[in-house]
Amino acid sequence: MSQSTTPNLNAANNGIEVADLIRVYKKGPRAVDGVSLTVAPGEIYGFLGPNGAGKSTTVHILTTLLPPTSGTARVAGFDVAREGRAVRDAIGVALQEAALDQYLTGREHMRLQGGLHGLSAQEIKRRGDTLLERVGLVDAADRRVGGYSGGMKRRLDLALALIHEPRLLFLDEPTTGLDIQSRTALWDEVGRLAREEGVTVFLTTQYLEEADALADRVGIIDQGKLVAEDTPDRLKAEIGRPTVEAMPSDGMKLGRLEAVLGRFGEQLPASGEFAAVRLTDGTEELTEVIRELDAEGIEVADLKLHAPTLADVFLAKTGRSLEGADSDQGEQPTGGQVLEPARA
Amino acid sequence: MATSATVSAALPSQARYLAWRSVLRTIRQPIMIVPALVFPLFLLAVNSSGLDAATQIPGFPTDSYLTFALAFPFLQGAIFATNTAGTNLADDIGSGFFNRLSLTPMGGSALLAGQLAGVMVVASIQMVAYLAVGLAAGASFEAGVGGIPVLFALSLATAAAFGALGLFVGLRSGSGEAVQGLFPLMFVLLFLSSAAMPRDLIAHDWFQTAATINPVSYLIEGIRSLFITGWDGEALALAFAIAVAIFVAALGAAGYAMRDRMVRT
Amino acid sequence: MTPAGREGARTRRQRYVSVARAVFWRHMYTVFHKPELLLPALVFPLFFYMAFAGGLSGVANAPGFDYYDYNAFQFVFVLLQSAAFGGVFIGFSIGADFDSGFTRRLFLAAGDRSAVFAGYGAAALVRALMVWAMVFAIALLTGLNVDAGALDLVGLFWLAILVNVAAFLFAAGMMLRFRTMQAAPAMQIPVFMILMTAPVYVPRDLIQGWVETASKFNPATAIVEAGRSLMAGDPFHVLLAFAAAAGFVSLFVVFARRGLRKAEANAV
Repeated sequence: MSQSTTPNLNAANNGIEVADLIRVYKKGPRAVDGVSLTVAPGEIYGFLGPNGAGKSTTVHILTTLLPPTSGTARVAGFDVAREGRAVRDAIGVALQEAALDQYLTGREHMRLQGGLHGLSAQEIKRRGDTLLERVGLVDAADRRVGGYSGGMKRRLDLALALIHEPRLLFLDEPTTGLDIQSRTALWDEVGRLAREEGVTVFLTTQYLEEADALADRVGIIDQGKLVAEDTPDRLKAEIGRPTVEAMPSDGMKLGRLEAVLGRFGEQLPASGEFAAVRLTDGTEELTEVIRELDAEGIEVADLKLHAPTLADVFLAKTGRSLEGADSDQGEQPTGGQVLEPARA
Repeated sequence: MATSATVSAALPSQARYLAWRSVLRTIRQPIMIVPALVFPLFLLAVNSSGLDAATQIPGFPTDSYLTFALAFPFLQGAIFATNTAGTNLADDIGSGFFNRLSLTPMGGSALLAGQLAGVMVVASIQMVAYLAVGLAAGASFEAGVGGIPVLFALSLATAAAFGALGLFVGLRSGSGEAVQGLFPLMFVLLFLSSAAMPRDLIAHDWFQTAATINPVSYLIEGIRSLFITGWDGEALALAFAIAVAIFVAALGAAGYAMRDRMVRT
Repeated sequence: MTPAGREGARTRRQRYVSVARAVFWRHMYTVFHKPELLLPALVFPLFFYMAFAGGLSGVANAPGFDYYDYNAFQFVFVLLQSAAFGGVFIGFSIGADFDSGFTRRLFLAAGDRSAVFAGYGAAALVRALMVWAMVFAIALLTGLNVDAGALDLVGLFWLAILVNVAAFLFAAGMMLRFRTMQAAPAMQIPVFMILMTAPVYVPRDLIQGWVETASKFNPATAIVEAGRSLMAGDPFHVLLAFAAAAGFVSLFVVFARRGLRKAEANAV
């Protein structure tokens, strides 16, 4: 698989600046209500929020499909309201619906999209072949899209968004409805684009693990307002530090267990057989905790790590749960640790 | 940065790509072509056989109802063009493909031109089929070989006119069902005309008045004149003028509708 | 039959009627609350009457045309055409119910599933009667001459009822086999072809060419000609017409029953 390592030549000009963006629909609510954010060149920015929060409306404004009611937004250095053509030249977009023509093949889509962007036939062929290979659609390229699976359509959508080598990529809920394999493959490609080609990515999602896994920074939107914005780790740290609960194999050693744990942070009340501590320096300390317990000869029958999640962040910021957060949590336990929502 | 000049220069190229897509889509949907061919030919067969007695009415302009009625499928084909063009565009709007196109440097007029290209391809296939079947079944074509390009030009102009109408409705409504809802209205226009009987032989005054006001009558009479009369300058001029007038008006309306629909900045 | 057997039969009958009535009312409820749904069924016959009787009125001057009134000539065809298409249009509702999965629900609820289709059929007939009443009234108001006596008119409308029932059974049979709205053209096209190869514009003896041959063998020809004779107050070959109509009904009862068995095997 070919890999481009050419750095983005206009890296200074592929950021996003949004100031007090408002969008009001006729006789409707404020879908976007004073959003201000900045996305640095080459960054992956995750825009997280429940259904109806204003994510797609924001994307539509930033991609020039909708004019803002007020406020300003500059994408790749161009004003979205006054320099729409220039913005569209600089961006690639994969909207919530893959929106493909079922009667055309994948390759024909490439030809159409590339042609409309003014690429020559040779460029279309070169870029098209590269992108189709990159998204794993070479074998299906000459089949009509009507016969593609949902995952294949999403991958083609991503490839089409990249045909004209945009500096910025907008992805509106790109993995909704995909199976885990397709989702992971798409994450890998998005990550690679940012890392190796310096493409700035603005990604909207309602999946916590997607924001956690992909985004350098996350903005959480609810009812049209940006309620929080920072790196995933700092957002989680803001609302609480992780806690460790442990139960000794020998109940007589509970006191010693408590003493060891106490070296790593503030002791917490726990049920009779367990000792608990809030780690001062975060989850990185867990290895040290285990090492100390081992050095003290304390065998542990059960060890639990409770780390705050973005769902907890959303709950703390809005007072409501993020829809689907619980089911997402259940899907993918990581690294053998049992992850449960942090206790307050 | 893209400028108006560079965008204008790119329009022909964009229109070519969109026309290519439109033609591909049309060819790959036989269901769009077959009824447009088979149904009018079936009706022609039924009508020419069932109404042959009408040629015995004093004043009937020909002794072959087939020759008289052969203009009818051309208009029916044009009405199918309304449906095809409008439905395709409405489907693009409904599916989000229109947004995909809006995110490219594509100009709205390129999209209109591209969609009409698909309509023209179907219309061309229809014309050849209707003429070939009609002549094979014994219809006469008084205009001769020289009249064939004129017939094609008039038929294409008519198809373009109704196609543009379909585009307007498709853009305004964004709904395939609304475009389909136009079909009964087109049907009424077709039947409330001189399609089945010469205007001067229609017995009911109100129907004769309706057929006289109806622009479709003049389109049919223009095409029919090539089969029955040969070269009737007045009929042909009227037919071309009406086809072009409908085309210009409908395309203008479609352009405005495109501007409203493509709200991109 | 034993008392228990009689009781069982009575219960089954009651249940059959109950299911048919529920389906019938569901359909009529939609029509009463959205009367605009009835508009196409009303507008199309009126339109065809206007177009044929109005636009082709000059045909009455063709040598050999000896029917008493061209408006009446076309009215009969339009009535029978609306009867046929009224039966077919209910097929759209059946197809839509299959597509939405509602038919499966109905099948699960009903004991004898033919009761479901009896309900649809009853709705088709009632709708047709409503449309015919309105079309007939409008035609009379706009100058339709009726030479038929009361009994002749009753005969004409009974003929139309049989055509409606036959068309409905055909449509139901098609929908039970295809089980989707996408099969709508497969329902409409055969009915359209049968109607258009009957004497539509002129009497059979004035038709030339292949349609003349087709109309000779088309059972619908007998129905249309008998209907016109009834309208003229001069009944001709009416028994033959009723036999043809009854023949259609019998044929399509079998067609629909077999379709129901296929649907039961696959749809539930």
